[in-house]
Amino acid sequence: MAKVEDLDQVVVRFSGDSGDGMQLAGNIFSTISATVGNDICTFPDYPADIRAPQGSLTGVSGFQVHIGAEKVFTPGDKCDVLVAMNPAALKTQYKFCKPTASIIVDTDSFKESDLKKANFETNDPFAEMGIKNDVIAAPITQMVKDCLADSGMDAKAVLKCRNMFALGLVCWLFNRDLSIAANMLREKFAKKPAIAESNIKVIQAGYDYGHNTHSSVSHTYTVETKGTKEKGVFMDINGNKATSYGLIAAAEKAGLKLYLGSYPITPATDVLHELAKHKSLGVVTVQCEDEIAGCASALGASFAGALACTSTSGPGICLKSEAMNLAVIMELPLVVLNVQRGGPATGLPTKSEQTDLLQALFGRNGESPMPVIAATSPTDCFDAAYMACKIALEHMTPVVLMTDAFIANGSAAWKLPDLAEYPAINPPYVTPEMRGSWTPYQRNEVGSRYWAVPGTEGFTHILGGLEKDNKTGAISTDPDNHDLMTRLRQEKIDKIEVPDLEVLGDEDDAELLIVGFGGTYGHLRATMDRMRKNGKKVAFAHFKYINPLPKNTAIVLKKYKKVVVAEQNLGQFAGWLRMKVDNFAPYQYNEVKGQPFAVADLEKAFMEIYNK
Amino acid sequence: MCEYTAKDYKKGQPRWCPGCGDHFFLASLHKAMAEIGVAPHNVAVISGIGCSSRLPHYMATYGMNTIHGRAAAIATGCKVANPDLSVWQISGDGDGLAIGGNHFIHANRRNINLNMILLNNRIYGLTKGQYSPTSERGFVSKSSPYGTVEEPFRPAELCFGARGHFFARAVATDAPATVDVLKAAHAHKGASVCEILQNCVIFNDGTHESVYSAEGRKKNAIYLEHGKPMIFGENNEFGLMQDGFNIKVVKLGENGISEKDLLVHDAHCEDTTLQLKLALMEGPDFPIALGVIRDVEAPTYDDAVVEQIEDVKSKKKYHNFQELLMTNDTWEVK
Repeated sequence: MAKVEDLDQVVVRFSGDSGDGMQLAGNIFSTISATVGNDICTFPDYPADIRAPQGSLTGVSGFQVHIGAEKVFTPGDKCDVLVAMNPAALKTQYKFCKPTASIIVDTDSFKESDLKKANFETNDPFAEMGIKNDVIAAPITQMVKDCLADSGMDAKAVLKCRNMFALGLVCWLFNRDLSIAANMLREKFAKKPAIAESNIKVIQAGYDYGHNTHSSVSHTYTVETKGTKEKGVFMDINGNKATSYGLIAAAEKAGLKLYLGSYPITPATDVLHELAKHKSLGVVTVQCEDEIAGCASALGASFAGALACTSTSGPGICLKSEAMNLAVIMELPLVVLNVQRGGPATGLPTKSEQTDLLQALFGRNGESPMPVIAATSPTDCFDAAYMACKIALEHMTPVVLMTDAFIANGSAAWKLPDLAEYPAINPPYVTPEMRGSWTPYQRNEVGSRYWAVPGTEGFTHILGGLEKDNKTGAISTDPDNHDLMTRLRQEKIDKIEVPDLEVLGDEDDAELLIVGFGGTYGHLRATMDRMRKNGKKVAFAHFKYINPLPKNTAIVLKKYKKVVVAEQNLGQFAGWLRMKVDNFAPYQYNEVKGQPFAVADLEKAFMEIYNK
Repeated sequence: MCEYTAKDYKKGQPRWCPGCGDHFFLASLHKAMAEIGVAPHNVAVISGIGCSSRLPHYMATYGMNTIHGRAAAIATGCKVANPDLSVWQISGDGDGLAIGGNHFIHANRRNINLNMILLNNRIYGLTKGQYSPTSERGFVSKSSPYGTVEEPFRPAELCFGARGHFFARAVATDAPATVDVLKAAHAHKGASVCEILQNCVIFNDGTHESVYSAEGRKKNAIYLEHGKPMIFGENNEFGLMQDGFNIKVVKLGENGISEKDLLVHDAHCEDTTLQLKLALMEGPDFPIALGVIRDVEAPTYDDAVVEQIEDVKSKKKYHNFQELLMTNDTWEVK
């Protein structure tokens, strides 16, 4: 009997050909773990090619899951277990392994021809790559074939179950309960019970193979849940889905029809896919002829009284910016989602960056202030989307909602929200008493104009891209009026109430304050935790509200001797903070690799600053 | 039956040049609106940028004077979000067919229930005199001092090419016919394109000279009416007949040709072949076709969106956010 060792956390990376079902295997494993109370954080790493040749280096698809006895904030820098279904996976994914990692391979797919496809020059890929890790070399393909010999399935369908054998092995390695996987598969394949049962049989076979042979590992592991777990009903959700749900929830709360005008673009398209499914909630999605129409039609829908959104990534924002600007001057609510990817131009479509921040803040002609909110994690996308809608509707303004490819595709356990606990959304509609005296740019106490929706008698009016007279709403080129309107539009945004900036860690006596924004929350938080574990005095402040900034921003940033702003661009947020906070001179950590931060790299860089 | 008068749709003092075709068209639009009788607060008039795009400012309805070229896209969102509104898109030839060409064809393809007015003066007026996508090859303008070296669009061809279901044409100075096509556009369910031939007195004076006056139209235009034989001429002496794959002008009474030999207009014919031939007729050999050239019923996008939502609502078991959440794989931590 192999020894059982209890771990605080573990990172497993499933990798194989695009068609090998690694995402599904990873998903099931993370859900099993979450079900027993572990915390989870996942990251799918898709290849950029649609379907690269089978077995080729460019066709490898990965799915990394980080499981913790306590809260985990990132999918993990490197993995403890790598599943490599073919030589190409081994070759491209080994770099994600810790030195101590165990590697599971399917020996049946490591034949000479397979090795050639992955550009190996010898018959021993492990020696060739200098791999000295524990390797569980299992003839997975053959065993799956044997296991399903009597199933009546064709050869192709049988091969599709290889991922479940690997999953079974991993479940054995971590002493996971297979019944949860069985339930999940029975639900997933409810209409094809034979497929479900075959998959379940193969998982069991993988588990038994590990159990019977003890493979070549000295230990199996458990990750026991520690601390007080938050109680409630949970699901695993990625950022794009959470964003979609946030929009749906806000529309329901506001009692409005949700309209999405969109054009397919990686990595934002899944928001269009998700919302297009939910017609039973009355959601209207229009796949437009281009990005411009996506935004323009949403603005038309907003004028007509809907909660209007448009979803895209950076290149799409370039095209939408004129209509976004129109929304600024017409003062109509609109949520513009930018799921950031690598740029400039087409850049790195499937990879993640934070390089569109200044585009969101300034990428328009004229004085064109717009609230900007940056979601901090996959699950925070829900709250961020909800708040973007609330601000847009209550302040009659377009809002830029920033996420990124990392949090959009990454997932985490999410406690199902109770909508009743979310703040009400009350757009400033015109009231019958205003009839006769109302003008389009009359403002309420927060500086917002009122919303007169077409179809309402007594409030016909015209909006447009030309500057308007503040009093009458007619076209005006009067210099003083333009100056006034410019200031009123700016003041309206400046007045928006956002939550104060929170400081975590050694709030009172930190030597170093770590500052970030948006999707890097998890990595920066984990870095602070690790540094504090090592006895360093550090604090961490993370921004979700970018424009306007929280009111206590300057106080927080000026409180600490050293501040480092870490971001996945060349210093855009640091620049924005410098513009807004006098004499602010932070250290900077900048990385533009298209990959998530690595906690180890951050720690090293921050320690250098810390020790200065 | 009609509760409203043209005055109820009128607002402000138009700022177009004296004699501009926009003035004539605006008066016809006010009149048509009154005859249609949709309450002003249920009308949205949405324009892009250009001389003619100032028009919503002179309408006592809901309106938007937006950005260059995007009126069709903005009107699309407006109509889909609230199908109860009567939505009118106002564009010039530059706004609608150059910078907004993509939205023009796709609004037609989708068949959104919009009334799309294309005020065609074959010139950029607001930017002071550059050639437009409907200017003839060789047209001399400030941006083409030696004449253009490109072919123009013919709006009907573009509309039909985009699988449009309604196309009508009127001359801005011809108020009764303009009112008629606007009413027909409103009555048609789906995207309705009305090409309004109008003069730019400053930069392209006389561009539609041959049909701009009543006398000119008598000589040089034919009013098409569904189900009526195609007769035109100062004394109704000419007609149109099919000639192989073509259309020819014939004189009634000559060679034994009588009214029953003439083509009878079929605006409802699904096939566009003859309608296109009619729409593309030009002088001096042919009359310019006016009136409703094509008017074919087809499912509209905005109706289909509503129907699909109702259909899915009746089939799916979740109808609010809380129920949506429960469609996911969940687990409970106790």
